[in-house]
Amino acid sequence: MRNPLSKKIVDIQPSGIRKFFDVANEMKDAISLGVGEPDFDTPWRIREEGIFTLEKGRTFYTSNAGLKELRQEICRYLERKIHVSYDPIKETLITVGGSEAIDVGLRCMLDPGDEVLIPQPSYVSYLPCTIMADGVPVVVPLQPENEFKLTVADLEKYTTEKTKILIMPFPNNPTGSIMTKEDLRPVAEFVKEHDLYVLSDEIYSELTYKTQHVSIASLPGMRERTLVINGFSKGFAMTGWRLGYCCGPEVLIEQMTKLHQFAIMCAPTNSQYAAVEGLRNCEDEVEEMRKSYDQRRRFLMHEFARMGLECFEPFGAFYVFPSIREFGMSSEEFATRLLEEEKVAVVPGTAFGECGEGFLRISYAYSLEDLKEALGRLESFIRKLRKEQA
Amino acid sequence: MNEKKEALRIEILKYIEKHSRADLGELAVLLGAEEAEVANEMAEMEKEKIICGYHTLIDWDKTGLEKVTALIEVRVTPQRDRGFDRIAERLYNYPEVYAVYLISGSYDLLVTMEGKTLKEVSRFVSEKLSPLDGVLSTATHFILKKYKDHGTVMVTKKESERIPVTL
Repeated sequence: MRNPLSKKIVDIQPSGIRKFFDVANEMKDAISLGVGEPDFDTPWRIREEGIFTLEKGRTFYTSNAGLKELRQEICRYLERKIHVSYDPIKETLITVGGSEAIDVGLRCMLDPGDEVLIPQPSYVSYLPCTIMADGVPVVVPLQPENEFKLTVADLEKYTTEKTKILIMPFPNNPTGSIMTKEDLRPVAEFVKEHDLYVLSDEIYSELTYKTQHVSIASLPGMRERTLVINGFSKGFAMTGWRLGYCCGPEVLIEQMTKLHQFAIMCAPTNSQYAAVEGLRNCEDEVEEMRKSYDQRRRFLMHEFARMGLECFEPFGAFYVFPSIREFGMSSEEFATRLLEEEKVAVVPGTAFGECGEGFLRISYAYSLEDLKEALGRLESFIRKLRKEQA
Repeated sequence: MNEKKEALRIEILKYIEKHSRADLGELAVLLGAEEAEVANEMAEMEKEKIICGYHTLIDWDKTGLEKVTALIEVRVTPQRDRGFDRIAERLYNYPEVYAVYLISGSYDLLVTMEGKTLKEVSRFVSEKLSPLDGVLSTATHFILKKYKDHGTVMVTKKESERIPVTL
């Protein structure tokens, strides 16, 4: 019999630490600081709207690009938040989570051999999606000494004649790093100079602390070369609703809508109606959640300082990314021992690229009580390791 | 009062309204302020009676203690010069009266009170409240079940169904 699988898919490596995840997810008595989604329930107004929509029998497809009402609200929202205006009809597409927009966007932009700059550590889907779109992923390792921000020096090393797209994964999962306007300016200049396009994954844009999120699309001359991807999962605590969107140049959105139509048809109808309510009436709830994350973030930074665990202060998403280099073991080894000996699950930095080695992703999408318990265990583990070393 | 001080005060109040037992050091860390500053503001707000107490929200139904709570609508005749204040004072001085609010709409005062039994509450209404000068009528509603109180849902919350580790 013939092999049912394509060479392309078989060649994509599954995450190397899947075994660790399987163990962590099976360990019922472990405390986890390993999740990538909010601990809050979706705001009730949004859920109630979802229920109401079902009661009203709004169970049919929407137009391929998504409810017009929702696209209009999204454009108003982006105007308010990132100060870029998009046409809701021609420049906006509603997708099944931000993830679909990443996949479809890359498929619509890449020809075989085109190179994609992927800063790492970052979310795991850019690389496989690039390969499936026949592009060539080029990893750009971000430097701890730059607090994992992207710099032009990083880009210069990896940009070639074939480079077409730069992925901008900020606010960043797993490092919590953000790019300020000052950080973005030289990157934008570099992009224009080398005639690149940017796929800006801004799914954590609601969750920044100290400064407001700035989209690279808002910089001069960048709107026409940026695909802005966002969604409701993180800021609105709507992960399971699977709802995202993207805005960008009309030619691109037109083709993305075509592929989206063939592959997906449309995003879930009741999620779309619920999201309209979210954009219209949930600013306060979103802000309350953000404040709550900020408090936990401060608490973690304070505790790390007390324990003497090295960690730069991140101002985005809901992750901190402490260094464990002083213990002389790999991230995976550290995470495995922490899980086995203290029953605390964290994610090894290497899950997000090789350059995450020596770091851990700790999520603060947990109640303060959970964080306290888990940090107490982490502290006793660290003490034990330091004793072993002495 | 400067803006920064006012903002810190609001943040302190919002937090301790839900977590009155938070210790000062922790509160300072969470709010990104100095501990002395937080302590100072709290002491001032206690003095100014902005902070009126540090109470505990208890679900008495889960204990062995018998308790009934009633909401009593009271219609009264306001008094010349003193409006509703005098009659409100006559009411709120009773220890079994839990809260007294002046209400807009079809009645004037809403009184909540606690008693050991229905009988005790009814006796209070018929012997103390109704005969008061100026009270025109009362309507007593007994609370049968508390679903949510002080912004807190009283029914037991479900376990989280989040997958422990996701990327």
